[in-house]
Amino acid sequence: MNAPALLQVNEVSKSFPKPDGHELLVLQGVNLQLVEGQIVGLLGRSGSGKSTLLRLIAGLADPSGGELQYLGRPVSGPAAGISMVFQSFALFPWLTVFENVALGLEAQRLPRGEIRTRTLAAIDLIGLDGFESAYPRELSGGMRQRVGFARALVVHPNILLMDEPFSALDILTAETLRTDFLDLWSEGRMPIKGVILVTHNIEEAVLMCDRILVFGSNPGRVLSEIAVTLPQPRDRLDPAFRELVERIYVEMTARTSTPSGAASARTELFPGLGIGTMLPRVSSNELAGLLEAVAAAPFSGKADLPKIASDLQMEIDELFPVAETLQMLRFAELEGGDIKLTEAGTAFASSAPDERKRVFARQLLNFVPLAAHVRRVLDERTSHIARRSRFIDELEDFMSEDSAEQTLSVIVSWGRYAEIFAYEDENERFTLENPA
Amino acid sequence: MTRPQSFGFIRDYVTRWDALALLVVLCLLAFLAEANRGLFAPLSQLDAVPLSLDPWQLPQYAARTTLRMFAALGLSLAFTLSYATWAAKSERAGKLLIPMLDILQSVPILGFISITYVFFMSLVPGRVLGAEFAAIFAIFTSQAWNMAFSFYQSLRTIPAELSEAARSFRLTPWMRFWQLEVPFGMPALIWNMMMSMSGGWFFVVASEAISVGNTHVALPGVGSYIALAIEQRNLKAIGWAIATMALVILAYDQLLFRPLVAWVDRFRVEQEPGDEPPESWVLTMMRRSRLISALTALFYALVRWTSWALPVVTAPAKVARSVDPRLRDRVLLTLLLTAIAFIVYQVAHTAVVQTSGAELREVVMLALLTMARVVVLIALASLLWVPVGVWIGLRPRAAQVVQPIAQFLAAFPANLLFPMAVYLIVRWQLNPDIWLSPLMILGTQWYILFNVIAGAAAMPAELRHAARNLRISGWLWWRKVALPAVMPYYVTGAITASGGSWNAAIVAELASWGSKQVRAHGLGSYIAEATLAGNYHRIVLGIATMSLFVVAINRVFWRPLYYYAERRFRLS
Repeated sequence: MNAPALLQVNEVSKSFPKPDGHELLVLQGVNLQLVEGQIVGLLGRSGSGKSTLLRLIAGLADPSGGELQYLGRPVSGPAAGISMVFQSFALFPWLTVFENVALGLEAQRLPRGEIRTRTLAAIDLIGLDGFESAYPRELSGGMRQRVGFARALVVHPNILLMDEPFSALDILTAETLRTDFLDLWSEGRMPIKGVILVTHNIEEAVLMCDRILVFGSNPGRVLSEIAVTLPQPRDRLDPAFRELVERIYVEMTARTSTPSGAASARTELFPGLGIGTMLPRVSSNELAGLLEAVAAAPFSGKADLPKIASDLQMEIDELFPVAETLQMLRFAELEGGDIKLTEAGTAFASSAPDERKRVFARQLLNFVPLAAHVRRVLDERTSHIARRSRFIDELEDFMSEDSAEQTLSVIVSWGRYAEIFAYEDENERFTLENPA
Repeated sequence: MTRPQSFGFIRDYVTRWDALALLVVLCLLAFLAEANRGLFAPLSQLDAVPLSLDPWQLPQYAARTTLRMFAALGLSLAFTLSYATWAAKSERAGKLLIPMLDILQSVPILGFISITYVFFMSLVPGRVLGAEFAAIFAIFTSQAWNMAFSFYQSLRTIPAELSEAARSFRLTPWMRFWQLEVPFGMPALIWNMMMSMSGGWFFVVASEAISVGNTHVALPGVGSYIALAIEQRNLKAIGWAIATMALVILAYDQLLFRPLVAWVDRFRVEQEPGDEPPESWVLTMMRRSRLISALTALFYALVRWTSWALPVVTAPAKVARSVDPRLRDRVLLTLLLTAIAFIVYQVAHTAVVQTSGAELREVVMLALLTMARVVVLIALASLLWVPVGVWIGLRPRAAQVVQPIAQFLAAFPANLLFPMAVYLIVRWQLNPDIWLSPLMILGTQWYILFNVIAGAAAMPAELRHAARNLRISGWLWWRKVALPAVMPYYVTGAITASGGSWNAAIVAELASWGSKQVRAHGLGSYIAEATLAGNYHRIVLGIATMSLFVVAINRVFWRPLYYYAERRFRLS
């Protein structure tokens, strides 16, 4: 690679302060180089720090360690040559399409005439002619994101940052926008030199990127870097394409070996340790649904993740939390891009509702420390009553207020399903009494 | 218009900042009173324009009243944009500024009109201008706090991606303010402005004609007209004044607020597809008018020009920011706290030391009396208006007719109607302790009605159908379906009604007809009498007690109820 680096990211890390004064590390030792003419994908699940990295590059946040350089100069604050396309479009609802696109140029204080010409050119380029005077609310999602693209391109950035730009669109619209973008890119009609794309969609990454950085969680870090050398335009059904997708699934389910033993290796999937583990918002219905799907034909207990993801029409952002929760509860094992039911998982899938609850309760008490903790506290008290705030306070030693709320509400929901304790929302307390 | 007013509450029930804020507000008021005592004596009778009860003078008076209203609105807007922005941008400042707003919202400032009067007239002695300032300031106090609160909340809830977009396209703070923050806060702000107008009309009527000790002021306006009519026992003139006021309010609504609400709809970030966009014939007219579009173009040009003219910070923002705001806040807060300490000392030295235990007991007793009135009246109004509101709200046609009327009645300054009631009380020799009371809720009960109507109308059709399908009817239907569904709306309305009633007590508990005075025992009449006598020490004591009561009731009763209703019954 002889081309000069547009962007150089060296050993960057980012952490946020926790309520107890400690730091929560969300990004650790990330290296990244963007050279001219490349699209680099940052692929990972939510919570893997990929969006955080994008915001560091955009100058919207400062790194806690390491260094970012844009064209050889350190990034401090939003740079002129870097612009961004947002997941939720982030259009100003009170401005017309024209005014939204022109905003970035107005901030640069260009003459009116130039603003007008360049705005119209960008609108034209992105296929929005005729919509200049429309307000965002009059547009469909796809057209709104086109405005997002026009707004980012009009300032003639060297680097275009895209934060899951297609994930809020329906499948058809997303595909059209992707194809249009790739056409413009390969024809060199956009004034940009390099692109960084954040995505949780594996196929999208393989379809669009020249290089893919696969991110892992806890803390967010780069697991591996994969070069995609398939020629554009790429075909999803091409065996080489499928193979690459499969390989990325394997990377993402690879067990990282930790010295601290099996149990911690499992909960390590979610941030935190012991009762301080942050739990994902996964309902017992979703868990049961995936267990049943894997147990049933054609998988019969062992499924290829890309296959079952497309069968169930789930994106990895939806599939992984469920699969990993099953792994935490030891209903299933994830390895080599596959999901395999354990004995308990098979037992659950083949049981009647009451028996399912018993199996679930057993796994919950054995493998989710917080559930066992809540139950133990209730058992120890003669009143068998414990206030919610007691556990929230405890959790906030480990995590942020929001995460503590979420984690506890997940435990409430699982605990109710397993009938290992009851919860009264009105009085905000846990009890052992079941109305039944 | 079915959108309910949302309340600007801070989440925590009581923090130490609240206590400090309460102290600051009360002391500032007391200090103002104290400072004015010396200035009070040399002030002589104002040579105001002689008023006439000729109905043909009313258009002119109405115009003067309207202008005062406009001036106060402008002032409130300026206050809102600066105060709320400061509170939102600086976390430290916000910690004190926001509880202060919260307290100011609860202070029945009506009782303080006398003091602000003397203060403003001392600035411009012997001129009508000073009195004008005071009247405008009184209206300002009825609107500014709500508006600032609403804008502050908007600033705190700007979607992260929008502000990131603004930053990544490198808008200057000035541009961000006008292109992002102001437009985003606009819908809530306009709605709040409209809601607090009713308070404004009440105050404008109360503040145009006032007697403090030996000083009598009567600014030309509808309020003074009615005061004169009371003095001369002219029922016909009162009728004319009421009709004029109704027309003025109608014009304000049609010419100012409907267009604003319709216009501001485009600023709403979340557009629910089911919501019909508000419409206004005036806005349609204005949008098609060249003159108006030229004016708006001028405004945008101004925004653009100021954005250009302001210097760009070329140095990395981080370096420039690192020390500044913390230090600035610290300096400002230190100054503020020093001032508070000084004021507290002054007040403790004079006002509080003069208060005897007996007097304090008397004031608290009177406050309890007034509280009893408010509680009973709110309960009665609820018993009446909740069923009526539900009945109307479930019938879209009826709601369409009644809702604007209820909102109009809420906006109408009930104090204009007081003379009628007082006339009857005097005529039939009724017991004022009982019969003056309903006046307190005359204007505020409509908040309960139109909020309940809005709540019933917002009830999902499927829920109603489900209830019908299960054949739920009678008391069970009220208990399990209707009442829970309208609960959050009802509480919102009742909070406003209760706050307004406390304020109204000051004018309702002491009323006159010609030379005949009617008085009900309570804190309101205590304050009103102290005002007439020009006894500042008593005014301060009365207002402080009333503020404490209102704040305490809000914190202990209404606010927990509000959150409970929101959590438990809000259909989302």
